[in-house]
Amino acid sequence: MFPTPIERTSPTTQALYKASLPIAVILWLLPLLAVMLTSLRSIEDLNRGNFWGWPSEVQLVENYTAVFTSSPMGRFILNSVLITVPAVAGAVMLSCMAGFALAKFHFRGNLALFAIFIAGNFVPFQILMIPVRDLTINVIPVYDTIWALILFHVAFQTGFCTLFMRNFIRQLPDSLLEAARLDGMSELRIFWHVILPLVRPAIAALSVLVFTFIWNDYFWALVLVQSDDVRPVTAGLQSLRGMWLASWQLISAGSIIAAIPPVVMFFLMQRHFIAGLTLGGSKE
Amino acid sequence: MPQIAVVERSWWDRHQVALTPFILLAPACAMFAVFVVYPIGASLWLSLFDWDGINPRTWVGLGNYAELLDDPVFWTSLRNNVWWLVFFMLAPVLGLALALFLNQTVTGIRLVKSLFFFPFVISQVVVGLVFAWFFNAQFGLLNHLLAALGLPPVALLESETWATFAVIAAGLWPQTAYCMILYLTGLTAIDGSLIEAARIDGASGRKLLWHVILPQLRPATFIAVVVCVVGALRSFDLISIMTLGGPYNSSNVLAYYMYEQTFLAFRYGYGAAIATVLFLLMDVYIAFFLWRLLRQERR
Repeated sequence: MFPTPIERTSPTTQALYKASLPIAVILWLLPLLAVMLTSLRSIEDLNRGNFWGWPSEVQLVENYTAVFTSSPMGRFILNSVLITVPAVAGAVMLSCMAGFALAKFHFRGNLALFAIFIAGNFVPFQILMIPVRDLTINVIPVYDTIWALILFHVAFQTGFCTLFMRNFIRQLPDSLLEAARLDGMSELRIFWHVILPLVRPAIAALSVLVFTFIWNDYFWALVLVQSDDVRPVTAGLQSLRGMWLASWQLISAGSIIAAIPPVVMFFLMQRHFIAGLTLGGSKE
Repeated sequence: MPQIAVVERSWWDRHQVALTPFILLAPACAMFAVFVVYPIGASLWLSLFDWDGINPRTWVGLGNYAELLDDPVFWTSLRNNVWWLVFFMLAPVLGLALALFLNQTVTGIRLVKSLFFFPFVISQVVVGLVFAWFFNAQFGLLNHLLAALGLPPVALLESETWATFAVIAAGLWPQTAYCMILYLTGLTAIDGSLIEAARIDGASGRKLLWHVILPQLRPATFIAVVVCVVGALRSFDLISIMTLGGPYNSSNVLAYYMYEQTFLAFRYGYGAAIATVLFLLMDVYIAFFLWRLLRQERR
């Protein structure tokens, strides 16, 4: 193990190391802690300029309730869920199919197709922006509905997901397929009954990862929707800033609320999340 | 009738192995073609026109690009993108430092690692708001801390000199967390006996890190650099939240300037030209990445 395991060092070093951990965490998260602290303050404190002193009273419930009662925050969160869940399901489904095809079948253009999916991942959003917006207005009339975001996210995330799935399925032994073929199973049945059960861990990892990608998207939420009824929480939060102006306690509470779902997802599915991040990543 | 059924089934039987991959690929390819591949071509084409988004387009050839050359905001944005690239290269270094610091097995370390990873999970909109509040010239915690140290307050986001760097600092926060995770996983994957053997040979500390650990971490480093380059060129969210490219465009970047020109100035063709420049910049890295990946694949 590198660096030298701390257990092998002197007791003083060990104690110092253990003491340094919480300090490091606090320093690292300091900007976030500042927002959390602000979200507990009363408006009186803020008006008096008491930003960083001891709060005169803790208004946790009041502030967080106010976010929901004085703004469409609840609606924004619901929209985010309605956009993210189908988009994740769609992208994962398409990429399981495409990944299997690219991993286990030899045909001309296989590698070229794979390269297009990878390259598509990295293109700047701005090169897609105008035509995609025009498409959703003129060709597939979904502009300013959740479908505009769902369709785009499915399409775009399919690139990354296919890269990931293809590499995962490629590691599965070919003998499994051959055995199934000898049993007279058709290719589509092999996909359904042999491959899909085996890629469950990859599906879990991918879903968690793509969930946070889509949930946190802000750019497309600006470009493809404009009314409060469909806005997801990222764009919603930004639009609320204008309304709340100097009500820093509400902006802070709103920020925390917007951050909670991906954070909960991360803590619940941490193992899958990191597996996803590094499997898609370390497969260079 | 049974005869036809037999014929049909056998046709499918004969061709299903060849047809299956195309059936499986069709939906993914269709979506990708419509929403990714076609728009790239359409944008490149549009960059040769003048268009306000409503009236008919007028052909201007390379006129938009010629105009870019004389546009000071374009050059500021490009320069800032270079700053983003340069400073984002700190993320792998800082991420490695954090990973080395946290790669221990004391109680509670898992929680500590998760807390360090936190910034990557939350939305850039929230990261932007968090740092806008942290840097706030009047009430921000940063100035409060500076005052406690007896230092004068700073107005980073209102400064033409410092705004870009303040936004980059905010961007480095989640980016470093990402690199840290890549390195932590990389460190766990290193064969322990290799390290012990090097230790027996008398290597330790920096020497061990430089000659044994870092070469083993090369795959992690490669990915870390790639995601940082992409992140630096994609920077949009933080600028839109923290500075809107200001003051006086001093913190603008190509991605945000493109958005501004298109939707605020209604210059779609010009916006497409800016996007094309950004796309060409990114292509260099895409080509490099693909080349490495496909070379690996052929082996």
